[in-house]
Amino acid sequence: MAYTPHTDGDRRRMLDALGLDSVDELFAGIPPAVRAGGLDLPPGLSEVELAAELTALAGRNRVDLASFLGAGVYRHYIPAAVDQLISRGEFYTAYTPYQPEISQGTLQTIYEYQSLLATLTGLDVVSASHYDGATATAEAALMTVRATGRSRLLVSRAVHPHYRETLRTYLRPSGFPLEEVPIVGEGPASGTTDLTALETALSPRGDGSAPSDVAGVILAQPNFYGALEPMAEAARLAHAAGALFVAVVEPVSLAVLEPPGGYGADIASGEGQPLGVAPQFGGPYLGILAASESLTRQVPGRLIGMSRDLDGRRAYVMTLRAREQDIRRERAASNICTNQALVALIATVYLSLLGPHGLRDVAALGAARARELEAALAAAGARRLHAAPYLNEFAIRVPDAPAVHARLLDAAVLAGVPLANLEPGAEDVADALLVCATELTTAQEIDTFARSLGRELTSGTARRSRDTLAVPAGERG
Amino acid sequence: MAVDVPDDLRYTDDHEWLRDEGDEATVGITAYAADQLGDIVFVELPAVGRVLKARESFGVIESVKAVSDLYSPVGGEVTAVNGELAGRPELVNVEPYGAGWMVKLRIGRREELDELRDAESYRSLLAG
Repeated sequence: MAYTPHTDGDRRRMLDALGLDSVDELFAGIPPAVRAGGLDLPPGLSEVELAAELTALAGRNRVDLASFLGAGVYRHYIPAAVDQLISRGEFYTAYTPYQPEISQGTLQTIYEYQSLLATLTGLDVVSASHYDGATATAEAALMTVRATGRSRLLVSRAVHPHYRETLRTYLRPSGFPLEEVPIVGEGPASGTTDLTALETALSPRGDGSAPSDVAGVILAQPNFYGALEPMAEAARLAHAAGALFVAVVEPVSLAVLEPPGGYGADIASGEGQPLGVAPQFGGPYLGILAASESLTRQVPGRLIGMSRDLDGRRAYVMTLRAREQDIRRERAASNICTNQALVALIATVYLSLLGPHGLRDVAALGAARARELEAALAAAGARRLHAAPYLNEFAIRVPDAPAVHARLLDAAVLAGVPLANLEPGAEDVADALLVCATELTTAQEIDTFARSLGRELTSGTARRSRDTLAVPAGERG
Repeated sequence: MAVDVPDDLRYTDDHEWLRDEGDEATVGITAYAADQLGDIVFVELPAVGRVLKARESFGVIESVKAVSDLYSPVGGEVTAVNGELAGRPELVNVEPYGAGWMVKLRIGRREELDELRDAESYRSLLAG
């Protein structure tokens, strides 16, 4: 089968119909300066050559590493049945349905996804999914603007830096100010959002006669540093100022943590990747978006509902479509008219296979492994950077963290991520690694990491004292 | 079928009606508009206190098949909105000139009323 959409004959007939001689004439209106100069592609490969090329590329992946990398994407065991089920022909070509009601099976899987996530988040309405956690969070921010008629947004610095960047990208062109709330630097709450600073940022400006102009407050649970935030108190502060509260959540953690609906969040957003999706180089992932019922009409994108057909049988429908841009045009809740149907299906199958007890085991095992990891790393000389409680991820203080991280790779240890990579210039996290454990983390891996890091810290101390001695006294800073 | 066009109301070309109540006016959409839209499923109304100009969009109405802007027949401050429509948008279909009203305005300039159609003129617009 040739993957050629149009033959020369097809193109000739289309050009004849247009009264043109060549395809170039079709683009005559586009200035030459902005036209693509052709694609510089190597010659085609045979299947054998292509397989060899891809095998060589795949061979560059490190699969020998003990990984402690998290930072928003988490490794979990994916039951073999997940791939088996989603690979069925009925599902595998799944795309967001444009002629929805003839695809009852697709609609049912999305409805079940929405129902499962509504249970996990404790909220009433769940969208059919978005691109990823960051864009779902940006949509949540825009929802707060529409619902309150206000324009300013407050986001905790302990929300993932990539999410904050996405928020800026979405909000800046619309002129909605986005301010960051700092984290607590010292004491038992260090690593969590500074609620005193939040309260100040929420207070009305000027002489205090006008109400606060804050539309929404965004915190993550667990936060970017793995710490557990005082979500109920932050929600109370937001509501007292008339703002909405957005919780950025990690779905597996919801099996053991209080759900957003329990602490008064109006909206929950998050990355659905941990629900059966492999890290797969950054995507495709799954944007979770859930809201309380009063915000239903502000929820962007597709919503699947359950109804009855003319004969009284259960039927699934795409509901409240008039919110969407294909009908509402520029007044739509969002320009989103799609969803991550196949990835949402993965999450649905994963959650169905594990069930509530299985998911709790996954979350609890990860938390238990993380405590073993903390103890082992502390014994090796690397203590936690923050003091606030954590679930399965935390930052450790490691001098010269980026260099140590690089050297540990030689010892087949992926020591999480140097926070300096994600927050360049932030002095409080310059010497820190963000590490995590999941149910896949083994005692042996923890031991390997602790030993290798211990050696690094010992030799690092020796190296630094040598360096100090090597600098002539007159040149010391 | 004759469409209901009450004699005591004023009308716009966009099929809104206005009931002149002295200082205030009540605004909704006509029976013809409601019929054309079909089953109304949602009405988005402005905040009380908002000051509208004549022909400014003050809300959006959604039916099962279309979404339309709502335009203020005259300028004025919104003094009340019909909260009943949030839970029962079908009132617009059932009683477009009664329980299906949308907003009350404090009329800014009464001269603007003169630019609206009377019932006879609106009937001729519908007759096209």
